[in-house]
Formats: sequence, C-alpha cells, structure tokens
Amino acid sequence: MAKVVDRRKLNFWEELYLPAIASGMKRTFAQMFKPAITLQYPEQRPEIFDDYRGAPGLVRDQDGREKCVSCQLCEYICPPRAIVIVPGEAPDQPDYDYSEIEKAPKEFYIDMLRCIYCGYCEEICPEQAIFMTDLYELNAGSRQELVHDKAKLYDVGGLRVDAIQKWKDKNASPGSEERKNVPPSGNPGDGAH
Amino acid sequence: MNEFFAEYPLVFTMATTLAKIVLFTHIGLILAAYMPWVERKVSAWMQDRVGPNRVGYAGLGQPIADALKFIFKEDPVPGHVDKVLFTLAPALTVIPAILVLAVVPFAPAVSLFGQTAQMAIADLSVGILFVFAFSSLAVYGITLAGWASNSKYPLIGGVRSAAQMVSYELCLGLSVVGVFMAAQTLRLTDIVELQVDGYWNMFTQPIGFLVFVIAAFAETNRLPFDLPEAETELVAGYHTEYGSMKFAMFFAGEYMAMFVFSCLVAVLFMGGWDVPFMSNESFAALGNWGAALGFVAFLTKVLLFLFFYVWVRFTIPRFKFDQLMHLGWKVLIPLSLLNILWAGLWNMPS
Repeated sequence: MAKVVDRRKLNFWEELYLPAIASGMKRTFAQMFKPAITLQYPEQRPEIFDDYRGAPGLVRDQDGREKCVSCQLCEYICPPRAIVIVPGEAPDQPDYDYSEIEKAPKEFYIDMLRCIYCGYCEEICPEQAIFMTDLYELNAGSRQELVHDKAKLYDVGGLRVDAIQKWKDKNASPGSEERKNVPPSGNPGDGAH
Repeated sequence: MNEFFAEYPLVFTMATTLAKIVLFTHIGLILAAYMPWVERKVSAWMQDRVGPNRVGYAGLGQPIADALKFIFKEDPVPGHVDKVLFTLAPALTVIPAILVLAVVPFAPAVSLFGQTAQMAIADLSVGILFVFAFSSLAVYGITLAGWASNSKYPLIGGVRSAAQMVSYELCLGLSVVGVFMAAQTLRLTDIVELQVDGYWNMFTQPIGFLVFVIAAFAETNRLPFDLPEAETELVAGYHTEYGSMKFAMFFAGEYMAMFVFSCLVAVLFMGGWDVPFMSNESFAALGNWGAALGFVAFLTKVLLFLFFYVWVRFTIPRFKFDQLMHLGWKVLIPLSLLNILWAGLWNMPS
C-alpha cells in the first residue's frame, strides 16, 4: 500500500533557497578557523593500544631462548593458512633448565600477504611464543620479501619477559635437584608411589 | 624618447600592447596555476584538514610539482577516439578563456613618455559582445571532448555541458543588458569609469548581479553546476579519456575561465578598479600611482571573487539535471528580464 508522505509547504523565503545557502556559507566560513585534526603521519604517529593486532612475531624469553616448541597449533588454527612450520629438534643442552623441550621450529614462515591479523595464533599458542606486535607498516619491493621467515619473525617479536615463569619457579623450589636426577626412561610420577 | 613616441605613436602602441599581453596573460596563467593550491588549501581549512604542505613552504611548490608531473607523464590517446578532435578539444577550452582577457581593463590609464596607455590589451568599443562571442566558444571544447572520446561517460558529460552552457548563456547575456542600459556603452573601460563616479552596479542592480554570478558559476562548470564533470556519476565526465598535459589543459582552461569571469564580475558589477570614496579625478590626480592603486584594488576584487568560487564549491552540493534546467529557464531568465525592467526604470530620464 502506498504511503502518502505529507510535504510541508515551503514559505516564500524557504522557496528562494538564498537564506539557506547564506547560512550554509556562514557555517563553512566559520569552519575555516577551527584547528585541523589531521595527524601528520610519518612525523606524528597514532597511539597504539596494548592489545593492538599488528604483524605477528615470534618472541624469545628473558634468557634469550626461543619459546616456540613447534607444536604447529598456530599453523593448524590459522584461517588463511598463512603460517608454515618445518619442525625440528631442539638443540641439546642438558645442563639447561629447559632440557625437557624436545622440539623447536627449523623453519617458520608467515606469509604477510595472507595474514588477516586475527590473532588466533597468539590465542592458541600454549607456550606464549607468538604475539601480535604493534608493527603496522609492512612494505617490500617484492611479494617474496613479505613472506617473513624465522629470522625476520624473531626480529619482529623481539624479547619478552614472561609474566609467569613456571620453569624458573620449579627449579628454585625444594626437591628440584632430585627431579632432575630421575632417569629419562622412567616416568617421573612413579617415584612418588 | 618623448619626441620619438610623439612622432611615431604607433611604435608606442605596439610596445605597450605587447607588454600588456605578456603581463596580463601571465597574471591569468599564474593565478590559474595557483588556484588549485588555493582550492585545496581552503577546502582543507573548511574540512578541518591541513591541505598541501609538503612541497615548499605551506605547499606553495605544489603547482610546480603538479605541472612537472603532467609534462613528464605519458600522453596516451585511446585507440577508439577521433584523433583530430580529441587533440583539438583541450586547446579549444583554454584559448577562448585567454582571449576574453584581451578586453578586461585592469587599471586606470597609465601615462608613459608623454603618451597614455589604456590598461586593457584591446579597449574595444564592443567589449561585452567580444566577451560573449568568445566565452561561449568554450562549450565547443567540452562538447567536442565528449564527442571525440567515443565512450559513454564523456559523451553524457559533453551533452550536459552543451545543454547547460546554452541555457545559462542566455541569462548571462540578459543580466548584462541592464549594465549597458545604465552605461549606454559596451566599452568596458567606460563602464568602469561610470561606476567609479557613481554607484557600483551590484548595488543599483542587485538582481542582475545575482543572476550574473549564478550564470558565471554555470558557465565555468563549477560546483554546484559541475554536471559535465560530475565525478560521482560520470567518472570524470568529458575528460575521462584524457591524461597528462591534455588533461592539464582542461584543468587550466577551467581555472582560466574562473579568473576571466571573476574579472568580468569585478568590471561589470563591482566597479572595476574603483576604491570606495575615490572619483575619476582623484585617480587622475595621483597619476601613475593612481593606476597602481587601481590595479591593486582590481586584483583584490578578483581574488575575493575567486575565493567566493571556492567557498561556494565546498558549501553547496551539485544540482540534479532537471533542477539545473528549471533554475536556468524558469527562474533566472524571468529574473534577468525583471532586471532589465528595473534598470530601465532606474535610468529613466526624468
């Protein structure tokens, strides 16, 4: 059913439009003397929030060790399949606290042309090894340069001091020396029985 | 020197004319080059932005950078166009605008070496007719560009331009009739001198002034009458297929036309070189300094009107085509006829 919209009849001055135009001109003229709100980009930077989702990067912990254990959960969850991990063995360092860690990424690629900055990789990472950084300027001379490899990803991520350092506390706690001496073949839980 | 020019006044005329041509066309061309900068700056201020500020101080080098860019760009001619008309059209929009400058009086007459030089390149006795003869040629450039491009949007732009310019040419001409009824001459210098001693025509004929200003906007294809370009609907209108220096020519043509119409508004309605409370005698008493003062006053008026052009552009949105035609034929033409009646009554010999 057609709906009839009642239009108000314009009076003489409204029909002339000139007063309306004059008031519009007054408005734009007054606007000229207001300060500009433009951010002069390369010199001035926008404020980046703590949970900003910029380019993802891999982080090292406070001891400079790579945290990624190459579990490939991020590769699995990544919606645009931007992540490719080639798993490898962790370097053998028996006197080091993290000697339980067996795997480390041999190669780690994130194709930044595919990445959609969803942050799922950061969310799912059990080791808190991958983080969305505040880096938002990505440019390159070729498509290949925008596939970040492991070195570039550690460069982007940098060093991150863990808020919760569970291994450190464990080693400082009483009885940690005995736990360390349990033979590798046995189940560490067996000794308690 | 004085004796030489007294004996050969023709040499003096030729020399001064040449100097005037160089001076006045360059004023026009430089203003046309810097108008885009003014336009971008003013629009930025009106929209709380900064505007061009990278090239030179406050972005003043921007027009030079733009011109260099246009010159060094590839000049593509699409395969489907009419090559002769396609190349001719940009020139046809610039040339009429520059030609009209010939009759614009910039300042009171200057005396040099015992001779007097009028400060219009050619002070024709049919000045206004010359203006209309050449300014209406500009429509050919735009229409031919639309036609020669041999593609949809330019053609629509060209057709709109033809319809618009023909409609508004009429009220532009009629609105000036009142002015020369008052002045009883078509010579632009005389029209200015009459306003210097009497009242500015914008006060004695407000309706004619209003109609002329609106028609001037339509004639130069400026917003709110930029239907031939109408970038939101027609891509870029008549110059869609143009690039590099050919496009720059259309650009320059538009700004030259703006400058010329600003000059005409100043001459016909705002008293030309007149400064309030000055008469022809006081200008003459100051000699060449009076001419300089008049020149500055004239340029001030032109610049103010150019600012007005930009100001209106960023205030009023574009008309629809039917509104454009309605305004032209049903509103402005009766108004300009009314103005003629008014001018007749005002100047009736008592």
